[in-house]
Amino acid sequence: MDLKNITILSLYSELKERRISCREVAQVFLEHVRKVDPKVRAFLYVNEEWVLKQAEEADRRWREGRAGALEGIPISIKDNILIKGHPTTCASRILANYIAPYDATVIERLKREGAIFLGKTNMDEFAMGSSTENSAFHPTYNPWDLERVPGGSSGGSAVAVSTRMGLGSLGSDTGGSIRQPASFCGVVGMKPTYGLVSRFGLVAFASSLDQIGPFALDVEDTALLLNIIAGFDPRDSTSADIEVPNYLTFIRENVQQKFVIGLPREYFSGDLDPEVTKILEEVIKALSEKHTIKEINLPHTKYSIATYYIVAPAEASSNLARYDGIKYGFRADAKGLIDLYKKSRSLGFGKEVKRRIMLGTYALSAGYYDAYYLKASKVRTLIKEDFERAFKEVDLILAPTTPTPPFKIGEKTKDPLQMYLSDIFTIPVNLAGLPAISIPVGLTAERLPVGAQIIGPAFRDELVLTLAYQIEKTLCLKLTPPIL
Amino acid sequence: MPISKDEVLKIAHLAKLEFSSEELENFTQELSKILDYFQELREVDTSGVVPTFHPYKKMTPFREDEVKEFEDLQALLQNAPELKEGAIVVPKVVKAP
Repeated sequence: MDLKNITILSLYSELKERRISCREVAQVFLEHVRKVDPKVRAFLYVNEEWVLKQAEEADRRWREGRAGALEGIPISIKDNILIKGHPTTCASRILANYIAPYDATVIERLKREGAIFLGKTNMDEFAMGSSTENSAFHPTYNPWDLERVPGGSSGGSAVAVSTRMGLGSLGSDTGGSIRQPASFCGVVGMKPTYGLVSRFGLVAFASSLDQIGPFALDVEDTALLLNIIAGFDPRDSTSADIEVPNYLTFIRENVQQKFVIGLPREYFSGDLDPEVTKILEEVIKALSEKHTIKEINLPHTKYSIATYYIVAPAEASSNLARYDGIKYGFRADAKGLIDLYKKSRSLGFGKEVKRRIMLGTYALSAGYYDAYYLKASKVRTLIKEDFERAFKEVDLILAPTTPTPPFKIGEKTKDPLQMYLSDIFTIPVNLAGLPAISIPVGLTAERLPVGAQIIGPAFRDELVLTLAYQIEKTLCLKLTPPIL
Repeated sequence: MPISKDEVLKIAHLAKLEFSSEELENFTQELSKILDYFQELREVDTSGVVPTFHPYKKMTPFREDEVKEFEDLQALLQNAPELKEGAIVVPKVVKAP
């Protein structure tokens, strides 16, 4: 099996024609994980026995003519999404021994289609971070340069897909946690519209921002994964009860569609890395031959970091109150109830998680609520309205995913604010609840991946995928990290 | 300094966290720096702006208040730090009369 040139759809046709069995596929991928993962450390959990058992079940379903749309396809799952009977740690000491008691809705749907779960991927603890350095267990390394970060918080998922340890993955994106690592690792990563994909069974970080989304090696595979996970779920009260199109069919039927594409001036300012600028300019030039390009303004962009780092920690401080050492998770030795809460939380949570709980508690506390949380929530309205105004003029927005190529391990860990600023182009999208995708569009002189981001109006995820598909077809990039 | 050590201690108590004196020093400085950065929001005119708490406006979905059994009680209980006769053991919270 040629792992460098394989996708979900190509492997699926091999399986369909019985050129290879699911068991053989599983063995190839397990061997590949054994070889590659010690270098990049993308996984927190791989259970070989479980993988082979799933593969046997998949082979049986092929034989019985009951094969699903992913029957026998190995994928990975970020370790904040529940798979019944297996660990979900959120890369935190406080959940180090937690075994999921039920399946997330997205997992139920993937199981129904026959996906094989290779394992659970590393992340920043509770999805708080932009580099996967905040994992309580170990960092993950960028396969393009092992001295650099893979991005985060879904760094493990991005690396797993980039190195073909599985052909797809699910991550979560609260402020860029799918798109930024996808950009840093040279793969496709999508944050669907808020409400499109159920979060039932996703460990909550900031509930008005969190969204599950797919990683894949190309846009067709991404559309296929979105087909499976999108759609109404009564168990998530924010799930949208709407008709979901077939994304794969849609993008194939609309390859020729012309768009009015907006370029936000605020995203192409002087702060953008010169190499990122140059690569994006080439993309824009290629697009301008067919589409209409228009400069737009999103004037409140610069306030999005401050807004996000008030809103997200405020919601996190409330969501993470449940980790108290009582019903599940780590419990410290202590005298009395309050002491038990304090010791369990202080020993169980890592530094960044504590920092955000503190920030959020402060922003919500008496006397500061109006100045911080309420103020930020009003600025959030203005950021959202910027996009609504823009989408009256343009169909889609094209922007860089990140201001720089992947940075060095340890480069930003000393200064939390510097780390926060690396999410400036992805955060506004979560605040507004919009769909956005990052696709690889080039390599720097040092051979580091650069991503482009496409942002669309709410619940027009199919348009975002369509333009991504067109760009992919125009550029014909084949990105394989040097360690493969 | 927008935040003092005393305030950090107060917030830590609200959040049920505790810090060593070195951690307290670091947190106070880091939080001060971040809160300073937040001051830029003050220059935005938000008079008359309705706050957004949720990106997708949807009515709270109502459903019948029916009891549903969780199919695997054991799977829930196995995550408890300490169990006795099918119940979770916690520190004593009521005082003897």
